[in-house]
Amino acid sequence: MADYRELWQKLGMDLEKHDVLCEVLPQLYGGVYLSQENRPEGMNYYNFVVAEVHGLRIKELDDHKKEGGKVVGTFCVFVPDELILAAGAIGVGLCAGSQFWIEDGEKVLPRNICPLVKAFMGAKLSGTCPYFQSCDMIIGETTCDAKKKAWEILDDYVDTYVMDLPQMKREKDHKKWAEEIYDLKEKLEKLTGNTITEEKLHEAIKLCNRKRIALQRLYNARKALDVPISGKDALLISQIAFYDNPERFIEMTNKLCDELEERIEKGISVNKKGDKRILISGTPMAVPNWKMHHIVENSGAVVVAEETCTGTRYFENLVDESPTTMDGMINALADRYLKINCACFTPNKGREEDIIRLAKEYKADGVIYNCLQFCHTYNIEYTNVEKALKEAGIPVLFIESDYSNDDVGQIQTRVEAFLEMLG
Amino acid sequence: MISIGIDIGSVCAKAAAFDGEKMHLLMQPTGWNLKKTGEELYRKILRISGGKEEDVVGIIGTGYGRVSIPFATKKITEITCHAKGAKYLNPKARTIIDVGGQDSKAISIDDKGNVLDFIMNDKCAAGTGRFLQVMAHVLEVEVDELEYLAAQSAPRDINSMCAVFAESEVISLLAAGATKESIASGILHSISNKIAHIANRIEIRDLVFFTGGVSKNEQIRAILEKKLKCTIYTHKEAQYAGAIGAALLGYDMKN
Repeated sequence: MADYRELWQKLGMDLEKHDVLCEVLPQLYGGVYLSQENRPEGMNYYNFVVAEVHGLRIKELDDHKKEGGKVVGTFCVFVPDELILAAGAIGVGLCAGSQFWIEDGEKVLPRNICPLVKAFMGAKLSGTCPYFQSCDMIIGETTCDAKKKAWEILDDYVDTYVMDLPQMKREKDHKKWAEEIYDLKEKLEKLTGNTITEEKLHEAIKLCNRKRIALQRLYNARKALDVPISGKDALLISQIAFYDNPERFIEMTNKLCDELEERIEKGISVNKKGDKRILISGTPMAVPNWKMHHIVENSGAVVVAEETCTGTRYFENLVDESPTTMDGMINALADRYLKINCACFTPNKGREEDIIRLAKEYKADGVIYNCLQFCHTYNIEYTNVEKALKEAGIPVLFIESDYSNDDVGQIQTRVEAFLEMLG
Repeated sequence: MISIGIDIGSVCAKAAAFDGEKMHLLMQPTGWNLKKTGEELYRKILRISGGKEEDVVGIIGTGYGRVSIPFATKKITEITCHAKGAKYLNPKARTIIDVGGQDSKAISIDDKGNVLDFIMNDKCAAGTGRFLQVMAHVLEVEVDELEYLAAQSAPRDINSMCAVFAESEVISLLAAGATKESIASGILHSISNKIAHIANRIEIRDLVFFTGGVSKNEQIRAILEKKLKCTIYTHKEAQYAGAIGAALLGYDMKN
């Protein structure tokens, strides 16, 4: 990696602390990723992106800012990237997946809340995430109580705008969400000084759809009986989708998919015959949270899909491209985004149906329900999901965990026992 | 033909040798050197069984220390092994409650001893043998004495589920003049609550079978029966269920 210290300094980062973080990542990535056998060639691009995670992309953000462009940070798949792009800004999905940030997050937040919320707060407070430091504004949302209240604290450190996401899916909620999208449009126009024209928004909608189609193609490849790519690698690609340059990401992911489709034809796979196929369902896995995938794939199984925000919830359903008026497009956006079945909604039967459908589509032998500690909505929703899955005859294992490594042994035992149970 | 099962638990290491008819058993403290303990157990159980090295068709390692048995032919989790072992000790067993030194679990099995569903405690000492060890230490008694002490008194409430908080709660109770007997009784009720909480998360079907080191405690079994509203059976060799299951699984693989 080139020397980016000057750039980091300019971003107001704590260089000493950041060095500690930078030391951890290569070791972790090496152990989890580079040790895998029979990886597709196309993964080299994503290896490069990870190697340059706090470098090259940050430089791109900096170049954009030098030309007067804005950078906007998001934390949730409900925030429409289309508007950010149409306003000429760059959107980055911030990660918040490391234990490293927990301690700093707990300086202002209670201990018994979700690690993702504590980690994003810690990332900002410690000044060790160059993405966060590059952001001119953060767009938060009201998907859970912990986030909702954390935005109020975060706003002291960085301009934080909050979208009020409805928690039911009635006609009036849809209308309200469309209004929220309108408000965001105005906010972004004010921030960037650019007008979001119908033409620009339409272009952005098409671009984001292309990204979704590339990810759908990647996930489709995982449906093959000879799985051409590990779950870990696919998860990494989903994670990178949140902050990489969209055009480049689409190009490289499609290139990888060409290779994967070729591997399927030739029968080249990462799994052995008889390896159990696992669908992971639950809370988002932000970089570098690869814990569950690593455990599952180290136990002789293969993860074939993720029903998570860093999985199918991110790219399922396209925005209708036929409307070209502002009202029409905003409505189309509201439509698509409200189809996401997040546990913050009540009722949320659609998610049960999604999990059962995905388990069948991906020919999963079992589902691992992975829940971040203290994530009440996903945790509580398990009761009904478990019932629905059992009725459908799909075995399921519940795991609640955080970013620390102290419970890896116990989780390993449970996962192995689950795989033994699957026969 | 002999199959050997070695179950390295956090407190006790157990071994079983099965020759198709007879089941030989042996137990010793796990100690700090898991690898050495595993080797010792293997040598000793082979001698006890009267078999020779060349008769051994499989060595199955299980328990949290299963990774420390390099000579094992296969490693199988304690959940699968306990299911088989419990079924061997009581063929009618359909629900297994296992409470060991550092974990507790409930397992639902079919009539062949296959696992249908299971649930395990999180990274927490509550509801495990470790909880009893910590509490016995505060009371300055041996773990085995808790049962005798508890039998003599009604329980004092211990509300904390967490072993660390419960420890301070017990210290406060002692300071307030509560008797050791009433606290011991409270401790057994507290651990039973946590075990019942875990068991309630799976479907409890008859017959319910109690295994693991804590199953030796008659008081806990009696409290659990009341809480779960069912008869709970155990066996004098229930602590060996994991090792027995491992030996049986190794034997089955060769047949």
